Amino acid sequence: MDSSTSGAGEALYRTMVRIRAFENAAETASQGGVSAYGQQAGGAAKVRGPLHLSTGQEAVPAGVCAHLRTSDYLTSTHRGHGHTLAKGADLTRMMCELFGKATGFNGGKGGSMHIADFSVGMLGANGVVAAGLPIAVGAAHAQKLMKKSDDITVCFFGDGAINRGPFLEALNWARVYELPVLFVCEDNRWSATTASGPMTAGDGASARAASMDIAATQVDGNDVFAVHEAAARLVNEVRGGAGPRLLHALTYRVKGHVSVDLAAYRDPAELAAALETDPIARTRGHLLSAGVNAATLDAIENAARDEVDTALAIADAAPWPDASAAFTDVQTTGAGQWH
Amino acid sequence: MALSKELSYSEAAVLAVQREMEADARVVVLGEDVGRGGIFGQYRGLQQTFGAERVIDTPISEAAIMGAGVGMALAGLRPVVEMRVVDFALCGMDELVNQAAKNRFMFGGQGRVPLVARMPGGIWDASAAQHSQSLEAWFAHLPGVVVVSPSTPQDNYGLLRAALQCGDPVVYIEHKTLWGLRGEVDEDIAVPLGKAARVREGNALTLVSWSRQMQACAAACDALAAEGIAVDLIDLRTLWPWDRETVLSSCARTGRLLVVHEAVQAAGFGAEIAASAAEATGCRIARLGAPRIPVGYAPVLEAQSRVGVEAIAAAAKKLLG
Repeated sequence: MDSSTSGAGEALYRTMVRIRAFENAAETASQGGVSAYGQQAGGAAKVRGPLHLSTGQEAVPAGVCAHLRTSDYLTSTHRGHGHTLAKGADLTRMMCELFGKATGFNGGKGGSMHIADFSVGMLGANGVVAAGLPIAVGAAHAQKLMKKSDDITVCFFGDGAINRGPFLEALNWARVYELPVLFVCEDNRWSATTASGPMTAGDGASARAASMDIAATQVDGNDVFAVHEAAARLVNEVRGGAGPRLLHALTYRVKGHVSVDLAAYRDPAELAAALETDPIARTRGHLLSAGVNAATLDAIENAARDEVDTALAIADAAPWPDASAAFTDVQTTGAGQWH
Repeated sequence: MALSKELSYSEAAVLAVQREMEADARVVVLGEDVGRGGIFGQYRGLQQTFGAERVIDTPISEAAIMGAGVGMALAGLRPVVEMRVVDFALCGMDELVNQAAKNRFMFGGQGRVPLVARMPGGIWDASAAQHSQSLEAWFAHLPGVVVVSPSTPQDNYGLLRAALQCGDPVVYIEHKTLWGLRGEVDEDIAVPLGKAARVREGNALTLVSWSRQMQACAAACDALAAEGIAVDLIDLRTLWPWDRETVLSSCARTGRLLVVHEAVQAAGFGAEIAASAAEATGCRIARLGAPRIPVGYAPVLEAQSRVGVEAIAAAAKKLLG
């Protein structure tokens, strides 16, 4: 489809802009300088602990998740806000979770690194690199065994993950059992604070997939229309029972590994070049040149900012979890024996 | 009505899985060699009965077996994941420790992971340092999982069924040298998780153990009985949650506790029981476990890791003295 000139193009833009607005606000809140109301907070950060931002990578979840249903499953990485929003999770409940509040998706038990909304099939961000891959093939295996529908599982992972054993094990597993799983490598070129290239033998995710007879498609991951188009085909093939597929999306991690990491180890020229291809600015330019009204796009941006501001205020005012919640959801068998 | 029949520890396990698979279509088995019955026969005949889609032969991919089990459980199945031996389960440790055990809590109860991870443990004759470990204390230390270690065919039948019904992740440790042990199995006897068994009754001292070490403990009790020493022998059966009430009430009555396990004594689960008994009852305490050495291959070396009948009896008498 020509998503650039249709309502679908605006929808992709909206998804990316909401992700960017959410993460910008979370980043500010993680630094403790500004409260929900723009005043000096003068104290601890509202969003505590490691906050991994996907700034600059928004085109990948937007383009892929546009093809997914609520009943499809998704596993994510430690950099999972974009995946979660794109899969349809409520933005306000996400912000509440980042604030550690009782009204968050996990009741404040998980935070940013474990953001999840099982009600829309988003089975969780994960604090361990590559850990989502085996879980994804298990979910896809269950989908195949239960034969209830043509639902699929999508597994997001980074370029760093392909150097861990579970990546290899999961791809092999998916091919052996011909599972309905789409692997999506968000190749943002960085493994924490080390460049991935020098740490990776061969040509990366798509080459490794091809070695296991899994058809892989490489795409400009900063071009949301290209991602959208490639994902349309791959999701369709996986849904149709063709077995696993891999989408290798080349993108760039604009921020450091975590929000407090200024990435001083990185060549500024590399970042500057990457910013030239910022997916949101590119999409805006593309939509404008395709005849979409600037006011329409401005309205999308303003709505996202308003939505995030409201979410910040709600998260700020929301109650903390009761201390007793530390003892629930651990396990049922033998509950009460942890003291 | 089901009749009591003599089965091996391995056959009892097959029967337990079979009954759960008959009762619940969500129960599936996955692991290496399970299609041909498992390396100890603990899945014999199940693939023939339930098909290769429910008894799934897998590649040698422990991380993927355990991780896929987590994903299957989240998607509504109740997987039994086979690790061959507890030593190999370490290749799936992230998937067990960080994923299966933590999922329910860190996602605020959005999902449940009802999987049973079977990982045969303990000294396996002449199998040396990487096939003979007893690692139950590692798992008992891990919030979010149940830890089970049966010592008889009846208990293996009952506890495995209970494990499959409980809805939490279960680390299920069968002993590598108990597979051929035969005994009566009554299908109508349910064995609840978290409930110990009193195997011998007595007032002289409390002796707590589990898994294969129960056999040496029972033999030691018989020897002590011949000398007029009546021991209260308790088979813990479930390590987490462990049956504090049965153990501590016995300790309060006898005033003496001896804990015996095959695992390395240092930081073993016996320490948890000993400390709990000391705090609750102030009883006299002794522990017996293996020295902190890897299990050796040659018989004389392997024997250094074994806790024998004579050592148990001697420790009991010392505690009484």
